[in-house]
Amino acid sequence: MADAMQMSNLFARSAFTGRKELSQTLARWAFCAMTVMMVAPLFAIVAYLIIRAAPSLNWEFLVDIPRQGMREGGIWPAFIGTIYLVVISLVIAAPIGVLAAIYLNEYARDNWFNRIINLAVINLAGVPSIVHALFGLGAFVYAAKFGYSIISASLTLAIMTLPVIIASTREALASVPMAFREACWNVGATRWQTIRAVVLPNAISGILTGVILQVSRAAGETAPIMFTGAVFYKAVQRGNLFPYHLNEQCMALSMHLYTVATQVPNVKESIPYATAVVLLGSVLMVNATAIAVRVWLRTRKKW
Amino acid sequence: MNKPLDFHQRMRLPKRPLWAVFGEKALEALIRLCGVSAIIFVLAIFFFIFREALPVLFSGRFNILEFLFGVKWYPTSAVNVRYGTWALTVGSASVTLLAMVIAVPFGLGAAIYISEFCAPKIKEPLKIVIELLAAIPSVVWGFIGLTVMSKLIVAVTGAPLGVNLLNGGVILALMSVPIIVSIGEDALKAVPDSYREAALALGTTKWQLVYRVLVPAAKNGLLAAVLLGVGRAVGETMAVLMATGHAVQIPHSLVDPIRTLTANIAAELGEAPAGSDHYRVLFLTGVLLFCITFAVNMTADFVIRGVRRK
Repeated sequence: MADAMQMSNLFARSAFTGRKELSQTLARWAFCAMTVMMVAPLFAIVAYLIIRAAPSLNWEFLVDIPRQGMREGGIWPAFIGTIYLVVISLVIAAPIGVLAAIYLNEYARDNWFNRIINLAVINLAGVPSIVHALFGLGAFVYAAKFGYSIISASLTLAIMTLPVIIASTREALASVPMAFREACWNVGATRWQTIRAVVLPNAISGILTGVILQVSRAAGETAPIMFTGAVFYKAVQRGNLFPYHLNEQCMALSMHLYTVATQVPNVKESIPYATAVVLLGSVLMVNATAIAVRVWLRTRKKW
Repeated sequence: MNKPLDFHQRMRLPKRPLWAVFGEKALEALIRLCGVSAIIFVLAIFFFIFREALPVLFSGRFNILEFLFGVKWYPTSAVNVRYGTWALTVGSASVTLLAMVIAVPFGLGAAIYISEFCAPKIKEPLKIVIELLAAIPSVVWGFIGLTVMSKLIVAVTGAPLGVNLLNGGVILALMSVPIIVSIGEDALKAVPDSYREAALALGTTKWQLVYRVLVPAAKNGLLAAVLLGVGRAVGETMAVLMATGHAVQIPHSLVDPIRTLTANIAAELGEAPAGSDHYRVLFLTGVLLFCITFAVNMTADFVIRGVRRK
């Protein structure tokens, strides 16, 4: 009888177990609270900005030009300018980035030289945006004599966003199983034929994600274009789709937000908020597209 | 006597045309060139910034010790021009430190929660939200600091100005949390499951598992996450430009306005005439920043690779 008592006590909750589980519960809730406090600002900020921006958020705001020293009107020239900068920087950065990733993943052996390349990519990603701006000013505006222009700003943005494309393309290439390549080599294909016919088609989703992320990054940057090609104000016709030449300056959404938020006195209250919402909305939408592409392609992955 | 047939003739296969062979060679050369482009760009960045800064170093009007440790920054003064960046360096360091004091516990806490505690169903949505948080442009963060956060700070602390060290620190913390969370989560994921199984089999709770097993095992990865967060915070420009209040001074309290190295370049480069001393000193500040972030990123990479080698 006494033995049976002891046996049942052996599995009963002791004070020690109680303390252990209490600490577990406390830790769990503490970490949960920390996470919520980090995640909640996104929703709070977006909601607050939209509420304050509401009076100006309409189609007119998007397609109208700034009026009365940017105190009224819309953001059309800035919006189109951002599209110019993003598209041109994408055209420059995407091929270089994808080819660099192909080199790093398919050709490079693990030796000191390629380790240096890796370090360079990591560093390029870590260089502050204002240092990129200085580089763009020194290299493209003055040394290459492109002047303050869309082309200088796009080149600066392209170099700045290159690591984004390299990193995600590389990850996509690395996720293609080695057996796919070996099978292709075994039927006599050369290295490049294998890459073109087997590796790239299987990695295209990841590459696409990287390109989309580059777009989002380029659209949001301000510092690198501030001193290379973005300008406070430029007269543009309302709704004109191609208002800029490549060798002249343009307005940009991020720069416009900085301008109306800090440089222009007595601006209509909702205008900076609406500009921020358009910028934030475009960037988040582009990122959401990248995430959707990734999730969709993960569900139909063949291996 | 016939010559021995080569492979293609024996197999009666068509030979690859010459242009295909050379085309492929050319393409591979291009791939190699793009491969080394990262090195070229990093060197070019350093070269072009340094080239613009160089003349002032030998102009005789410049003292490197004063540049690094002088607290007087009077670039446009008519009689007493002084280029001392110490107050700016302290500004950068203090706002980064404050951001890390906030971001490190929250970031690592969130990484632990996402990696170990949360249900699989909400794990993916959480990671997506963190990713979106990382995508918010810095100028939007700056705008938030300028409008929302500054009002909050005035209301809570009663400070005369809302744009100050505290504001910049909080904004930078929010900006560097996503990177800490995602790298930290990777580090925790890299701990082998056998460690978890062994600990759980001994009867630990998940919390004991986290602080006795996972954190020690992943400490290098977590340290690298923190370092990358530091790198992000030091290099951030627009957000601190708009949120920290623009006063070149060494801060004595949390609600003092400050200016950072990055914000200083952004604020003054537009007004400095090209080729002037002021302009060149700003480029020299860029060189300084480049070196700081270079060191931070190298250390982070070194720490991460230390983990892999083990």
